[in-house]
Amino acid sequence: MTTIRIDSVSRWFGNVVAVNDVTMAIGPGVTGLLGPNGAGKSTLINMMAGFLSPSTGAVTLDGVRIWRNEQVYKQIGLVPEREAMYDFLTGREFVLANAELHGLGADAARKALATVEMEYAQNRRISTYSKGMRQRVKMASALVHEPDVLLLDEPFNGMDPRQRMHLMDLLRQMGAAGRTVLFSSHILEEVEQLAAHIEVIVAGRHAASGDFRKIRRLMTDRPHHYAVRSSDDRALASALIADPSTAGLELDRRDGILHIQAVDFARFTELLPRVARDHGIRLYEVSPSDESLESVFSYLVAA
Amino acid sequence: MLYHPTVARLTQRAILGRRRALILLLLPVLLIVIAIVVRALVGADDEVTADLLGGFALATMVPLIGVIAGTGAIGPEIDDSSIVYLLAKPVPRPTIILTKLTVAVGVTAAFSALPTLVAGFILGGNGSRLAVAYALAAAVASVAYAAFFLMLGTISRHAVVFGLVYALVWEALLGSLVDGVKTLSIQQWALAVGEKIGQGGHVVSDVALPVATVLLVVVTAGATWFAAQRLRSLTLAGEE
Repeated sequence: MTTIRIDSVSRWFGNVVAVNDVTMAIGPGVTGLLGPNGAGKSTLINMMAGFLSPSTGAVTLDGVRIWRNEQVYKQIGLVPEREAMYDFLTGREFVLANAELHGLGADAARKALATVEMEYAQNRRISTYSKGMRQRVKMASALVHEPDVLLLDEPFNGMDPRQRMHLMDLLRQMGAAGRTVLFSSHILEEVEQLAAHIEVIVAGRHAASGDFRKIRRLMTDRPHHYAVRSSDDRALASALIADPSTAGLELDRRDGILHIQAVDFARFTELLPRVARDHGIRLYEVSPSDESLESVFSYLVAA
Repeated sequence: MLYHPTVARLTQRAILGRRRALILLLLPVLLIVIAIVVRALVGADDEVTADLLGGFALATMVPLIGVIAGTGAIGPEIDDSSIVYLLAKPVPRPTIILTKLTVAVGVTAAFSALPTLVAGFILGGNGSRLAVAYALAAAVASVAYAAFFLMLGTISRHAVVFGLVYALVWEALLGSLVDGVKTLSIQQWALAVGEKIGQGGHVVSDVALPVATVLLVVVTAGATWFAAQRLRSLTLAGEE
């Protein structure tokens, strides 16, 4: 049972605060680290992987400090986001070198390459690999010593759906086997499919923590904004405001747009078409006006 | 454990990558060609031998190859952060640095001290003694240059530029104009070692041998220690 503990950790670069007073524990099983780009996910992973010192607070692996302690790598496997590898090596040479650096041999390398299904291209130079192939060889290099903890920074970037499914299966198996698997992603669906437990990080702060149902509910229960064009905006507005699922309406007469703020997502999406039909109003356009991931996440911070 | 064969293999392949190997070969080949031409035109002449081995081989070729091998042993890996794969392993950081240093010294000596020796023998005459003296100086310089430039590689992305500035501006230009600078010059320290062997006044250093020896050891050990410290706290800021 291996647990990474992040305790009151902040990290700043000059005047920029990348991670702001985060406390969390990553235990056995698969955990998804979710957040928009630039939220501080990589900064957190780099600290967990021993490649960045926390400005304040402590990052430990079963109580042992990770920073400046190379012995932790006996237990940690890291799949970095960056593409750069030893491109002049073949996949097999690269994974073998990683095994040797752990004091292991060709058997471990062969096994790791088989796990990621890269045997077929193992004798090609890495410089000829596609992004998905690189990702898998990176994965093999991290698995070669069968680590208790696996840290993956945006592992699904650049993978095709089949490779994605394969990697998800692999991570699920590792989680089920009691290993501690943490991966970061900015895509909710990705995290939801794989992780029972989700940590959400937004603008350097720990925004939410829990299972994906709780996070999903938080995300769908937030106020939604819609821009609607219809054959009679005013009549539509007066009919909608009577229902508790709407919190605010604004009629933009110059552009002919009705702005709606809905507080009950499920109810509103059912209400709008029904009201329009009952009143004989034609809906020309219904578009969510505030669906950027950043706004979804920033709502979570406030929640 | 002071040496890790896997680290050595990776480092060696990185330094001797196709383009880099060509650059490394350029100067030694030039030196030997010049030596052949000089021998054919001038015959055996100690004065000319000393000029060529001191002025070209030791003053220019050794530091330039030292820059390429020393910074090349670690700089590119840090630059593209592929060094993560080396560092995310339970291998002591001093072992990594010492191994890389060994490879960098080996490459520098192979591409500078060895050609110096060969060129010296080609130039002939009393050249064989001079050849040994300069080749030894080059070998000694290889160690200090490799350690110093390896350290630069752990400090700056622009290690090659700083290395060239040190070699060409500090040692070559200022060293020939300002007396004090010569005391702080790896080239002069190495010459002090060569002077001991060369005898006959053709190999001359501005620094006494004991001082030179101490400085060589201090610079080599200090740079290596510092590089290991840099590696221990190497930071990846990520792309955010």
